[in-house]
Amino acid sequence: MKRFEFLIEWALFLCALLSIGTTAGIILVLAVETFAFLREVPITDFLFGTEWTPLFATPSFGVLPLVSGTVLVSAIAMLVALPCGLLSAIYLSEYADHRVRRMIKPILEILAGVPTVVYGYFALLFVTPLLQRLLPDLAGFNALGPGIVMGIMILPLVSSLSEDAMQAVPRSLREGSYALGATKMQTSLRVVLPAAFSGITAACILAASRAVGETMIVAIAAGQQPRLTWNPTLPVETMTAYIVQVSLGDTPQGTLEYRTIFAVGMLLFTGTFLLNLVSAWLRERFREEYA
Amino acid sequence: MRQSLLPALLAALITLTVACGGGTPAQQDGGAAPEALITLDGSSTVFPIAEAVAEEYGKAHPDVRTPTVGISGTGGGFQKFCRGETDISNASRPIRPAEIEACKTAGIAYIEIPIAYDGLAIVVNPKNTWATTITVAELKTLWAPEAQGKVMRWNQVRASWPNRDIRLFGAGVDSGTYDYFTEATVGKEGASRGDFTSSEDDNVIVQGVSSDELALGFLPLAYVESNRERLKLVPVEDGKPDNGAGPITPSAETVRNGTYQPLSRPLFVYVSRKAADRPEVQTFVEMFFSRTDLIQEVGYIELTPQIYDMARKHFADRRTGTAFGEGGSQVGMTLEALLAREQ
Repeated sequence: MKRFEFLIEWALFLCALLSIGTTAGIILVLAVETFAFLREVPITDFLFGTEWTPLFATPSFGVLPLVSGTVLVSAIAMLVALPCGLLSAIYLSEYADHRVRRMIKPILEILAGVPTVVYGYFALLFVTPLLQRLLPDLAGFNALGPGIVMGIMILPLVSSLSEDAMQAVPRSLREGSYALGATKMQTSLRVVLPAAFSGITAACILAASRAVGETMIVAIAAGQQPRLTWNPTLPVETMTAYIVQVSLGDTPQGTLEYRTIFAVGMLLFTGTFLLNLVSAWLRERFREEYA
Repeated sequence: MRQSLLPALLAALITLTVACGGGTPAQQDGGAAPEALITLDGSSTVFPIAEAVAEEYGKAHPDVRTPTVGISGTGGGFQKFCRGETDISNASRPIRPAEIEACKTAGIAYIEIPIAYDGLAIVVNPKNTWATTITVAELKTLWAPEAQGKVMRWNQVRASWPNRDIRLFGAGVDSGTYDYFTEATVGKEGASRGDFTSSEDDNVIVQGVSSDELALGFLPLAYVESNRERLKLVPVEDGKPDNGAGPITPSAETVRNGTYQPLSRPLFVYVSRKAADRPEVQTFVEMFFSRTDLIQEVGYIELTPQIYDMARKHFADRRTGTAFGEGGSQVGMTLEALLAREQ
């Protein structure tokens, strides 16, 4: 029996090790290839260059256009997801009837289960043509359509996690607020929301990191042209879309062009990793403890 | 080491016996089974045709291994071909002098066979009312490396065009289509501006141009045929009246008669003289002449029957060497002209 226990312990440990090992492997591969890339391209050219044409006859390796594309699309997504997500979280947590909540929450979460490739074509073939009626100069590939659709995609993440955080606020706080004569709105916005602040921020940052790493929607609908711009009506290319583009072409392995995708991947990884760290830190830092 | 040799020899002997005993006539004439494999390599532009023919050949001859088709590019293909590593080299341009030399040194003779035309089309959005023609010089202004970040509006290309943004789409930088487009318009293979949407996936270009009134792009002509309602073809004026005056609209017709220039070109396969004696290679090559429906299917333009007849005759006569004295990419050559020169 003792030996059996021992075996199980080891099996469990190995399972845990598998995911850690995978992470370590990914970081290792990214680091090795990025290092090889940076030996040929100075890091300042890579990080601060404003032109990204690595596959052309006269290559330049400035990653800023890809970063600006990523930030632009993610910012649009957050502009959609934050207000909508937060408001629906407040409604679900504070206003909705128990039965309504039980029905609406799973429906909202279905959004998160839609495959991203479907969202991509939704943006390309439905949202963009719709927007073109309002903005005639909108390009067929643009940052706006996929940004909005991506916002819809991460909305359940924001609303669901925020709602969980608000639900965790003890009932006594609300009751205290009501006892002081506050309305429902005042209680929601001035008592519950601040009390759940750390959880809500963490949710938002998680959503942002999901937006930054999202691939399929932007690869399909945002275009594939690295462009340093804040104009959402033009085609842009995000870091993830660039990696997809190179992977689909026939760039030979082991060349500098091929290594660009690892360098971009490393930057992307660092970015989302930092976001997750900030999210974890915020959760710790601003946690309100209620005994 | 010595000990392991005997079983290996035995195995080889058995394989050989089985192969010869149970094999088809084709395999017997070709020698041992491994040699019966036909190997092709070279241009990614020719690849779809070669692959389609190889598949059909494999279906028609299930007892023979399906030929393998590699994509090393025309240049890379010739390197292997002239080292004797492949039987057939796919090329989107005639063989170059340096490659002729390399083959000669290695003692590799070859038969040059034109198999299809490749045409490039300049397309705009159907709502575009102004771009009814474009000249090669204007294409150069628009696509040259110097244009990057500078030529950004339609009226910078032609003054009568509107003062609005121009959004460019084109084939991916790795493709033969891109190489030929830059060669034919800018004048240097692989030289172009970098600020356009470049995609290996032609559907992206179709989608981009068909959903943007201000777009202009280039595509393989065959791709446009299947998206006729979504794109508008722009006739191209090359400024040389001797191959058809005025702007020429691309079509199978104008590509074949050589008036749609410079954005159309013939594609070739080069068959090694030694491989040409193998019956399975002969059957395979014959399919390039007889299964021209495949060429249309994968998006290229068939040659005229006369040219197929000529190529078939060259192959039957084992006529080696190239018809292109100077070799390399030659913009604006027609096979008819060559045919005339040959006779």
